[in-house]
Order: sequence, then structure tokens, then C-alpha cells
Amino acid sequence: MRDLRERLLDASYWLFVLGFGGFALFYMIAPIGIAVLMSFTDGATLRFPPQGYSLRWYRALIDPMQSSQIHIAAWNSLSIAAWTTLGAALVAAPAAYGLSRMRARSATALEPVLLSPLVLPSLVYALAALLVISNLGLSPAYGFVVAGHIVVFAPLMYRTSLAVAQQIDPSLAEASTTLGAGRVRTFARVTMPALVPGVLAGGFLVFMQSMDNVSVTLFLADPRTTVLPLRMFAMIEESLDARVGAISGLLIAATILTLIIVQRLVPFVRRR
Amino acid sequence: MLRQGGTAFILPMMVMMVLCFLAPLGVLAVASITGPDGQVSLANYRQFLDDSFAVGVLWNTIFLGLKVVAAVTLLGVPIALMYWHAGPRWRTLILIATLLPMLTSNVVRTFAWIVILGRNGPISQSMVELGLSPRPFSLLFTETGLIMALTQIELPLLVLPIIAVLATADRRLVDAAEMLGAARWRCFLTVLLPMMTPAIFAGWVLVFASATTSFVTHSVIGGARLIYMPQFVYREVGILFQWPMAAAISFLLLVSTGAVMIALTLLARHRRLAACA
Repeated sequence: MRDLRERLLDASYWLFVLGFGGFALFYMIAPIGIAVLMSFTDGATLRFPPQGYSLRWYRALIDPMQSSQIHIAAWNSLSIAAWTTLGAALVAAPAAYGLSRMRARSATALEPVLLSPLVLPSLVYALAALLVISNLGLSPAYGFVVAGHIVVFAPLMYRTSLAVAQQIDPSLAEASTTLGAGRVRTFARVTMPALVPGVLAGGFLVFMQSMDNVSVTLFLADPRTTVLPLRMFAMIEESLDARVGAISGLLIAATILTLIIVQRLVPFVRRR
Repeated sequence: MLRQGGTAFILPMMVMMVLCFLAPLGVLAVASITGPDGQVSLANYRQFLDDSFAVGVLWNTIFLGLKVVAAVTLLGVPIALMYWHAGPRWRTLILIATLLPMLTSNVVRTFAWIVILGRNGPISQSMVELGLSPRPFSLLFTETGLIMALTQIELPLLVLPIIAVLATADRRLVDAAEMLGAARWRCFLTVLLPMMTPAIFAGWVLVFASATTSFVTHSVIGGARLIYMPQFVYREVGILFQWPMAAAISFLLLVSTGAVMIALTLLARHRRLAACA
């Protein structure tokens, strides 16, 4: 009797893990598949599953006459993301290294300041930044967007770099200084190469997040600068333009590709 | 020597965060307590708190965050358990299945949910075919639809921290419990769950912060009738140019979400202390 009860309980556990977990996994990943399928529709409405498949919206998207605005927005997004990644790497990678070499107590005291943008809503920050900019008598501009993105996303770079920096053996740098290299030279020739995997993983995250950001750009960009997510947002709000599906398809493909490359170089979750 | 050298490396980012992040937030705080005559006053806050519509928006936003946290936990914990029991090949698959939606653009995921929740979408169609609904229906512009979408969008933020803990966890602990005859549920409750708890709390903070502030998803899936704090802030500045009011609203958003997050963090610390004792 007791045995049966126990077996039923165990069965309910497996039902919970496999049944519920399987559903949850499907729930998490299916929308991506739906967006990809949707991008190949040959209709103009968002009926799912599509009635027929074609490359019609991809063709419309590539066409420079029809989609020039989207191209400009995409170019803006890419260049903002590139500058943001560079800026974030320049401030956050050294910071992560420095912190990993500090006493634990001062590190825990300083770290919340470096990580604060991760939990504070970026919309509130964007508003604050806009207020400061207008108080200084300036107006929103491309440069402010990049600066805002660097501030908000540098913590991502910091975190991945820190994880790597903590693994670096301090005796490496010590050996370098003992052999007569200066501090700058040691950092450039010994420490920096060791930090590369963390910077790569962080760069990937920062680039993706910057490409995707709406709230900071919404407040800090001048009216003429439009970026891809804002353009898509407008296309969805105005007319449910099916080209959004094609853009989504391309973005997902790019995400998968870079994810595979980066996961090869630096696993996000280290196995034991 | 190197220990002191650390400070120089941190300095640029520290200065940047203080000058470009914390200082503007300070300016915003000052703006929020500045009255129309330039005097210090709480008029903006009083105006907000007297406005029952505005207070309703604040509560709705907090409840939305809590509902999403609950839904994400219900779905996220089984995924993590699946990861725990899986072999290396499945583990990689589950990890990729978690990373991919997390890294996919928020606008893209929101777009997918327009398709899913719409009148011609898979949910409506299968409900009609199963005879559960007499006619096609749309879940767009409803809170249910918004919660469904946000749950999928935020799920990786909870799953990833738990997986990261489980990936390096000591399997022998659970093996020992099993050998001692503990049933599955008991293993989960007494060994696995305590191990996962810090990561779950960390995930909750991220999910809550993200769910209450995702401007695009709120406005696209929620529509114009369901208003949450981010849209409220945007309306005050972008459309009405009410700076002091917008500053006060965003500070309330900051303080209220901050309070919930601090509560969650304290809970986590408390649990960890309890686990140590």
C-alpha cells in the first residue's frame, strides 16, 4: 500500500518535470519558430499557419526603393551597437580586471555601483539623461544615444569579463613584472589576451542588447535618427506591415549564427 | 602592488557610472520634488497619489510584475529540473533553447506574440477547432495575453541563473539522498530546491524588473487601453511635456519596483542564513 503511494508520488514528480518542463520548453521556443515561419508567408495578413510560402517579404525588404527607411534604420542600429560595444569593452574590461584583483570587502562595496544599470529601469535612466541634457542647453543627438547605451550596457560586459578575470592566475602578471615589463605593458601583453573570451561574450551580449534597445534611444535620439527596433515598432503599430516578419527572420538567423560561434568560443554555462 | 593597482583600472567605469548614471538620477530626483515656483515641494507626488487613475496604473504595474514572476516560476523550475536530470547532449539543447529566446530581439518576440494571440492565430484557431470557443477571438489588448507574452519573454531570465547553478552543482548530494531512500519529491524539496533558491530569487529580481518596464511589449500587446507605468511616463514627457510630473512618476516606478526587489533580495538572504544554520 505504502509502496504504491510512493510510486504514484514519484510518477507525479516525473509528470511535473517531463510534462510541465516539456510544455515550458515548447512554450519558450515555439514563438521563435512561429516568427520564422511567418516571415515566409505569401499573404499580406498575419494568419498562422500561412496559406502559402514565398520569399515575397524578404524581396520587399531587400528592395532599396521600397525599404530605404528600414535600411537607414538598420544601418543606424548597427553603427550605434558597434560603438557601444567598443566603448563598453574599453571601460568595463579593465574594471572587471581591477575588481578581481581587489580585496573582497572593497569589491563587494564597489560592485553595486557598477551593476546598478542592470536592475534600474532604463526608461527612467533615459528620462533622467534627457533632463540633464536639456538642462545643459543641449538637444538629443546620435552621440548621446551611444553614450547612454554604453552606460546602460557596460555592466553586461563587466559581468562576463569578471567571470574570466577571476580565473586568471595572478602569478602570470607577477612573472611579467618581475621580468621587467611595466604595468601598462603587462596589462596589454599578458592580462588583456587572457581576458579576451570574457570580452567576446560580453561584446556579443552588449551588441545584441544595444541593437534591441528602445527606451534609451526613444528619449536620447534626435527626431531624424531612427533605429531598427523603433522602425519595427512603428511598422507594427501603424499597419502590421508583413515586412516586420522578414526583418524578424533575418534577426533570428543572425542571432542563431552568432550564438553558435560565441558558444564555441566561450561557453555561457561552464560544464564541470 | 597589484592590489593597489586594481583601483586605477576600475576608475574610468566608476567615474562613468557616478557621473553619467547616478548623477542624472539625482537630478531627476531633485526635479521630482521641485514645485512650479522652484521651491521644494511634494506637490507632484501628492498630485499623483490623489489621482486614483494614476495610483491604479502603479498597482496594475506591480501586480503585472508579480503575476509574470509567478507564471515564470511555475514554468521555469520544471525546465531547470529537466536540465538537472538530462544527459550532456540534452543539457546543451536545453541551454540553447534558453539562450536563443533570451538573445532574440524583444521586438521580434513581441511580433511573434501578435501572430499567436491574434484572431487568426494558433490559439484562437485551435480553440475553435476543439469546440471550446464558438468563434475566433483575439487575446491582444488583454492582460491575459500580455502575461502570456511576458512570461515567454522573461522565462530565460529565471531559467539561466538556475541552470548556471545546477551545471556546477555536486551531483553526489542528490545521489546520497536517493541512496538513503528519499523519494523524488523529497529529493527535490530538501536537496535541489535549497540549492536552486538563491538563483531563483536572483531570477525573480531580473524578471520583475524587466516585466514591469518593457515598454514595447506593454504598448504593442497591451494596446492603448491597458496603461502601465512606462507608457504613463512616456505620455507625460513625450506628449504632455510635464517634466516634474514625469520625474515624480518615474521615481515612484523606481521606488516601488526597487522596494519589491529589495524585499525579494532580503528574502533570499534570509533563506540562505536559514540554510547555513
